[in-house]
Amino acid sequence: MNTETGRHPGLNLGSGHADAHGEAEALVFGFWVFMMSDLVTFGLLLATYVTMLDNLAGGPGPKDLFELKPVFIETLVLLTSSLTYGMAVLSLKHGPGHRVGPVLAWLGLTLMLGLAFVAMEAKDLHAILGKGGAPQRSGFLSAYWALVPLHALHVTAAAIWLMAIAAQIWRFGLDTSVKTALLRLGVLWHFLDVVWIAIVSVVFLGGLA
Amino acid sequence: MTAPVETEDETGTPDGTPQQELRSYLWGYGLSLLLTLPVFGAVAWEWLSQTALWWAIGAAALGQIAVQFRFFLHIRLKGQAKEDLQLILFTALILGMMGGGTIWILHNLDSRMGGP
Repeated sequence: MNTETGRHPGLNLGSGHADAHGEAEALVFGFWVFMMSDLVTFGLLLATYVTMLDNLAGGPGPKDLFELKPVFIETLVLLTSSLTYGMAVLSLKHGPGHRVGPVLAWLGLTLMLGLAFVAMEAKDLHAILGKGGAPQRSGFLSAYWALVPLHALHVTAAAIWLMAIAAQIWRFGLDTSVKTALLRLGVLWHFLDVVWIAIVSVVFLGGLA
Repeated sequence: MTAPVETEDETGTPDGTPQQELRSYLWGYGLSLLLTLPVFGAVAWEWLSQTALWWAIGAAALGQIAVQFRFFLHIRLKGQAKEDLQLILFTALILGMMGGGTIWILHNLDSRMGGP
C-alpha cells in the first residue's frame, strides 16, 4: 500500500504532468462541490418520486410502463462508458510523448456509448408516452418525468462537453487546460453512473420487483 | 519514456504503477458488473420474494455506489488532500434528513388522512 496524498477526486495525473496536476487540485475540488449539490437535487427528486408512488390517479403504474430489458442494456452501456472514460484518462496520463490518437479514440468510444444511452432513453420515454404515461397524467408520472429525463439531460450535456474537449484536443493538442477539463468531465461522467445506479434501483428494479 | 518513479515524489500519484492503475479500473468494472447482473436476474426471473428482492436491490445499490466512488472516482478513506470524502458524507447526511424526512412525513400524513 502507498500512503500518497490524492489531490482531487478521479485519477490524479501526477508529476509527469506537473502544470496540470498543480492546477487540478482547486479546479476539481470546486467541481466536486458542484457535483455534491447536484447529488442533493437528484436525491430530493428521488424522495419526491417515492412519496408519489401511490398517486396514480387511475393512470398507469410502474409495472404497466417500465420494461427491464432496455434498462438493463442502458445500465451496461453506461457502466462500460465509465471504463472507457477511465481508459482515455489513463492513456492521457501514460501515453508516450503527448500522442493524441489513443486519447481521442477512447473518448470517441465513450461518446458513442453515451449517445447510445441517450438514444435508448429517448426511445423508452417515447414508449411510455405511447402507453398513456404523459407527465400530466398523475402525480407519480410528474415525479417520474422530473427525475429520469433530468439524468438523461445530464448525460446529453456531458456528451456535448466531451465533443467540445475532443475538438480542443484536435485543435490545440494536450495542453494544460484540456487536461484539467478532462479531469473534471471524468468526475461528472462517473458521478452520473452513481446517480443512474440510484435511479435504476429505486425506480426500475424497485418498481418491477 | 522512462519507468515511472513518481511514487515517492511529493507531487506524485497515489494510484501506483500504470499496470496497477489499469488493473484497478478493470476491477472496478468487474465488481460493478458483479453487483448489477445478479440483481437484474433476480428481478427478471423472480428468484426471491418481493421483500427479499427489495433488500437485495438496496444492498447491491450501496455496494455499487461504494465501488464507483472507490475505483472510478478514486475516493479513499484516508490520504485525500481535500475534504472530498467528508463532502460525500455531509451530502449523505443532508439527503438522509431531507429525503428521509420527506418520505417519513408525507407517508405519515397520508396514513392520517386515510390515504391508500
